Parts: sequence; C-alpha cells; structure tokens
Amino acid sequence: MYPSKFDYLAPTTIDEALGVLAEKGPEIKILAGGQSLVPMMKLRLANPPALLDINRLPGLDSIEDSNGHLSIGALVRHNHVVKSDAVKDANHTVATAAPWVSDPIVRNLGTVCGSLAHHDPEGDWASVMLATGADVVLRSRQGERVLPITDFFVDMFQTMCRPDELVTEVRVNKHTARGGGDYQKLERKVGDYATVGVATSLELADDGSIAHAGIALTSVYAHNLKVTEAEDLLRGSQPGTELFKEAAVIASAACDPADDHRGSAAYKRHVVGVFTERGLARSLEIAQGGQS
Amino acid sequence: MNVTVNINGAERTADVEPRLLLTDFIRGTLGLTGTHMGCDTTSCGVCTVLLDGVPVKSCTVFAVQANGRSITTVEGLKQNGQLSPIQQAFHQEHGLQCGFCTPAMMLVGTALLEENPNPSEDEIRWAISGNLCRCTGYMNIVKSIQAAAAMKSEEVSA
Repeated sequence: MYPSKFDYLAPTTIDEALGVLAEKGPEIKILAGGQSLVPMMKLRLANPPALLDINRLPGLDSIEDSNGHLSIGALVRHNHVVKSDAVKDANHTVATAAPWVSDPIVRNLGTVCGSLAHHDPEGDWASVMLATGADVVLRSRQGERVLPITDFFVDMFQTMCRPDELVTEVRVNKHTARGGGDYQKLERKVGDYATVGVATSLELADDGSIAHAGIALTSVYAHNLKVTEAEDLLRGSQPGTELFKEAAVIASAACDPADDHRGSAAYKRHVVGVFTERGLARSLEIAQGGQS
Repeated sequence: MNVTVNINGAERTADVEPRLLLTDFIRGTLGLTGTHMGCDTTSCGVCTVLLDGVPVKSCTVFAVQANGRSITTVEGLKQNGQLSPIQQAFHQEHGLQCGFCTPAMMLVGTALLEENPNPSEDEIRWAISGNLCRCTGYMNIVKSIQAAAAMKSEEVSA
C-alpha cells in the first residue's frame, strides 16, 4: 500500500523545523516514530502534503529527572522508557504501562510524545498522563507554551497543538516515596489495542490518607477518560478495599464502551471495574512500601 | 530524492520517491528479496530489518528515513561465507516450516542475543512477540534461539 505523494523535509536544527512549521504548518504532519502516522497514510486516512521528519533534530531523545518531574523528549521511543531505570524509580504508572504499548518492534520506533500528539482514544500513554498528571511543552517561532495534559487534549485525535507548533517534551509528575501507580491492560494479543486499559496513581499524606488520586481509562470512551468523580471520592479518604470498590463502581458507570470484536460493552464495563479496583490496590501496595 | 544506505556492509545509493517504503526499497530497488512483505499493516513483523542494529518493521518506515543509516537484512547475517550462529541454529533445530517469517525471526534473535547473550525462554518469547509465524512453529523458533545462545557462549569460552 502506498500513501499519496508528499514532500519530505528532514531539518537538522529545531530552529529550522520551527521555521518550516511557521511557514507551512497547516500542510504538514510531523513524523517522529511514524508507527501510527505511516499506517494511516498507507490506508489513505491521512494525506498530508508534506512530512516534517524530526528524527534528525538534536536534544530530543533523552529522559531526564529534573525539577520534580520526569522529562520525556519528543524522540524518546517506548522501548527507551521500558528499559529506563530513571523511570522505574520515578513514576510507577509510566513504568508499568511502557511494556504494554504495542509490540517490541513497534516500541523501537514509536514515541511517547507522538502518541500523545496523535491522541488515539485507544492509546495507552494518554491515560497514563491523565492519571499521574503531566505537562506538555510546545514550541513555535512565537515561543514556548506549557500546557497541563488536561488542557492539551481536546477530543479524540484532537489536541491544542497549533499547526506551527512542535511538541518537544512531556513533563510527567514523579511519585514520591509515598506514591504508587499501575497500568492494567487487557489485550487479545501482543500489539493489539487495549480491549480495556486502566491507569491509576496514588499519593499518600503523612497520616496515610490519600493526598492525590488519578484514574484514567483507555478504549472505553470516545477519548481517554479521566474519572474525576472517583478521584474526588478518593482524595482525603483513608485507602481501603471498600473505598476502592466504590471508586471502581464509579469508573464502570462513567465509561461508555462499544460492542465490538474485542468484547461486548457489558464485558468491558465489568473489566473497567475489576481493573480499577486491582490497579488502586497495587498502587497502594507500592505507596505503602510493599514494592519490590 | 537521493538515499544512501549502508546495507549489509555495502554502500548503495538510489533516487527514490519519498513515499517508497523501506521494504520495497530493499526488495525492489536493491534486489534483496530475503526481506518479506506480509500484512503491510505493522502487525506481522515479517518485514523486520535491523536499522542501526535495532529491529524495525520496514513496511512502516519510508526509505528516505534510512538515509545515511545502516541496515542489516537476512542476506547480511552470513559472515565470511559461514552461516551465523543463529542461522546454524535455525537449521539444526528446524526453526522453520514454510520459511516466510524466518528472516525476521533470525534478525530479531540476532538483535536479542547482542543485547542479552543468555536470554530466558520468557525473554525470547517476549522478544519475538511482535513477529507472527503463520505455521505456528514457535516451539522450534524458541529452541533455535536458545541453541544459538549456547553456540555463541561456547564460541566465547573456546
């Protein structure tokens, strides 16, 4: 299968890339890992007149632990996250989710920031970021903007990234020693989209109550769904099985899955509940120091 | 646009359209047909090649992206006229039936052993989980990669 014809641009400096975007942004799709974009182009679901390949831009391929957050550059591949010791200690939701993203070969090319910019409702990373909290860094000739992840996402396949902007980085909140997180994913086979995915994150206060709670769902709504009602219930309460069951009931009610080849809506709704409870229990275990 | 790659140690240049897929560049333009095209949708992994030593699905990469980089295909596994350990192991352990997935499986096995010379069975299964074998001959593929690991460690200690 072949895409429509396109112009290929491969700048070697960020300034040059931003210049191209400033001049003809609306005609351009940005190519990072290409593991969603190239298949879409081959299926002619996307027909961009030009591709801006950012793979030759310097300084975008590192994961850095700085200023209380984990900075993941635009060219950090999923597999880099899987193997990163810095991530393992810093954010348990990110670390658990990474090996579940697509398959090992796709993970060698696909990028975290690309996945967020693409914003497929079946993408795993958006849920992870919504649960743990993150900021997206956007650059253009006009300067830099830093948007909270909740503001960055608009709707399925839609974000606040302007045509003249490039996502250069995502800054993910770190878990403290009293924090924990998890990602539960059901998939039919390696490399398939999630039938259901649930990202969870907890931070405990000194008295053991929940200071911060994050829950977000994959593949069971028109977009990745942050379950704020369940988060509000958890925040300020003492963690426990009964509380987590209540949160799971709320998450099940909040989602709106479709009947499809991956399962019935009723089944998926049930799994959302099971995964929410399980993910919160695992997050708590890590937060309380039960983590390996 | 002109694309120059180092493929299996040899430098090759060709003038290609940006939309030419790396698989078709390797098979059609360069005439190396050991790399196969299967699903064409990033699922089956038979088009896997090593790009700077890292396995990628070449049906989901444009040839222009490989400009200036090095590619290894199944044709590049043989060294000095000798089959590589992974090739010998696939032969010995009957790691193939129809052979369609074999080039990709051998390249993934090669990359795995570079990084992890003594992988567990789980680690091998994990590493090949992005590659489908339509004959479902996974048992012998796993055995072959295990045998290649043993062969390589003997080579090192010898």
